[in-house]
Amino acid sequence: MRRIAAFIATPFSKTQGVARWMLVIGIAITAVFLFCAAFAPWVAPYGFAQFRSSSGADFPKLAAPSPHHWFGTTDLQTDVLSRVIWGARTAVEVVSLAVIASLLLGMVLGLVSGYFGGWLDRVLVLVMDSLFAFPSFLLAIVFAFLFTNLIGSGFLFLSGGVLAAALSLTAIYIPQYFRVVRNTTISAKEATYVEAARALGATDGVIMRRYLFGNVIQSVPVLATLNAADAIGTLAALGFLGIGIQPDEAGEWGFDLQRALDDAGLGIWWTSLYPGLAIVLLITGLTLVGEGLNETVNPLLRKQRLVPVEMTARQPTVPTSETSVTSR
Amino acid sequence: MSASAGSLPRFIAQRVLLVIPMVWILMTLVFVVLRVAPGDPISAALGGKLTPAALDQRRHALGLDRPLIVQYGDYLGSILHLDFGKSFTDNQSILSVVRDNGGATLSLTIAAFLVALVIGIPLGLLAGRLRDTAPDVLIRLFGIITYATPIFFVGLLVQIHVAPLLGLPTSGDASPETLFVVPERTHILLVDALLSGDWLSIQDVLTHLALPAFTLGVAICGVFIRLVRVNILQTVQSDYVEAAQARGIARGKVMRNHAFRNALVPVITIVGLQMALLLSGAILTESTFNWPGLGQKLVKYINGRDYGAVQGIITIFALVVIFISLLVDVVNALIDPRVRY
Repeated sequence: MRRIAAFIATPFSKTQGVARWMLVIGIAITAVFLFCAAFAPWVAPYGFAQFRSSSGADFPKLAAPSPHHWFGTTDLQTDVLSRVIWGARTAVEVVSLAVIASLLLGMVLGLVSGYFGGWLDRVLVLVMDSLFAFPSFLLAIVFAFLFTNLIGSGFLFLSGGVLAAALSLTAIYIPQYFRVVRNTTISAKEATYVEAARALGATDGVIMRRYLFGNVIQSVPVLATLNAADAIGTLAALGFLGIGIQPDEAGEWGFDLQRALDDAGLGIWWTSLYPGLAIVLLITGLTLVGEGLNETVNPLLRKQRLVPVEMTARQPTVPTSETSVTSR
Repeated sequence: MSASAGSLPRFIAQRVLLVIPMVWILMTLVFVVLRVAPGDPISAALGGKLTPAALDQRRHALGLDRPLIVQYGDYLGSILHLDFGKSFTDNQSILSVVRDNGGATLSLTIAAFLVALVIGIPLGLLAGRLRDTAPDVLIRLFGIITYATPIFFVGLLVQIHVAPLLGLPTSGDASPETLFVVPERTHILLVDALLSGDWLSIQDVLTHLALPAFTLGVAICGVFIRLVRVNILQTVQSDYVEAAQARGIARGKVMRNHAFRNALVPVITIVGLQMALLLSGAILTESTFNWPGLGQKLVKYINGRDYGAVQGIITIFALVVIFISLLVDVVNALIDPRVRY
């Protein structure tokens, strides 16, 4: 228990000044969105596609912010505040799915490729490099186009659009994890302790699981948070282009902004401002967490907090048994 | 090391050879994703609009009823002849789509690039010069916020708050009169307007360009700020700057004559690699401002489930990106001999 607490506290205890503030602010912002995502049905006043109140009265169309609708309503008569909150749920769902999936796939491929080398490594590197060289947003568009047409309805509790969006984001982040993990694996597998393990008869699987995995995993949290930030933007961009999540499946910020395009000419600001701000805040929050973590993990950037050392006055006499106990 | 190892022609040859498998892999990916996986593209695009017999005839005319492996060979072969196929919905050749819409995308990206340079380089220089002071923190914050703000949100804010203030148009690349007056020569509207010499048309095209270019420029200037700042920080620590200062040259003069110039050289080449950012940014900007470019066309074809057009346009985008990164590498090798190793 204490070890877990200490592990979580590492980024805080090892940073100072700006880096620590970045981390704290970033975590606070992200936590608010996670809370909204988890408790959307209770936090949001209405449903994401709800256009009339429970008493049956239709919501007004494009109404300005008021006590009934704090953030106003859209041209589809939905409540902007509710859609922003439900949008947080969609964003968190899609992005966590995508980041976890790309992390797992990228790591396994990277470990295998880096450890075994040979023609498999060469082929994988070439494929990943080609994917990496291609603009990731275009790749996301192509995959979203494919997956939305392939995946009809949903799977388990996920709607088809959410799954399609998550899969297309997964595809674009795999090369990054692959690259990092493969390079770390290659440098780590030459280490003496791996050689020792091999000499003791450890199998390839054991070496990868027990000795390389721990080395490789260190650089992943930073990459994962920064990718999550990027993924929020890509998801919104796909929604803005109308590829992916449909409005009756889930609330999605990018889609809301696309609808708001027609309102902009009329001088209506509330349909675009709030979903837009939500995107900006969440990306900023995640970026701050990522950069903050980077400064703790990356020894080149780290400025360690100086722990004040208390120098006790040297005692001329031989220490008694009592003092030696307290000094322990 | 042998003399030939570091030679420029050898480097270029190696780099070009590397491009071939890369192009092949991307083309294969595009083919698998857009042709093999989705099943029958013709009924996806036109199902319900034509009779089954007409669909069959369309399929046959486009060669889609042949085995996939034959189609794959055809696809790769036709790219060698720079033939990118036809769209399924409106039966246009992709090259003509690119010719008609590529100009708008080109002028938008170039204008946005200039905006990003004009904003990004001075801010980056300032931030690097005044490291860890209030202006530096503010400029870095500005950089983070421009990164965090989706381009279409910037566009929306600009449309709501800036456009009415300045009386600038927010849709299209010119008013209908201008499109009527200016004769089409180069398919790049700004160039055509300049060639026509009609001052009103030129003004009209430029006012239409202003907001989209500003939006895209602001969205990508964060990268420039960060790059210039980091380069300045590295250059300031270098020996020749220290030497210049030791000779008693004023700090401002050292910065101007020694540090800034050298800090900008790597930026120029790295900026070339921002093509991907510029391209995806352009697609979103075009949709926000109803800009009649290639990106908007792509989105239109995607929503029409036109696999043929999407495949052709994506293929062209891929080739352009690969070609430009090749170009940047070569230029880089010309400037900096260390790259050639």
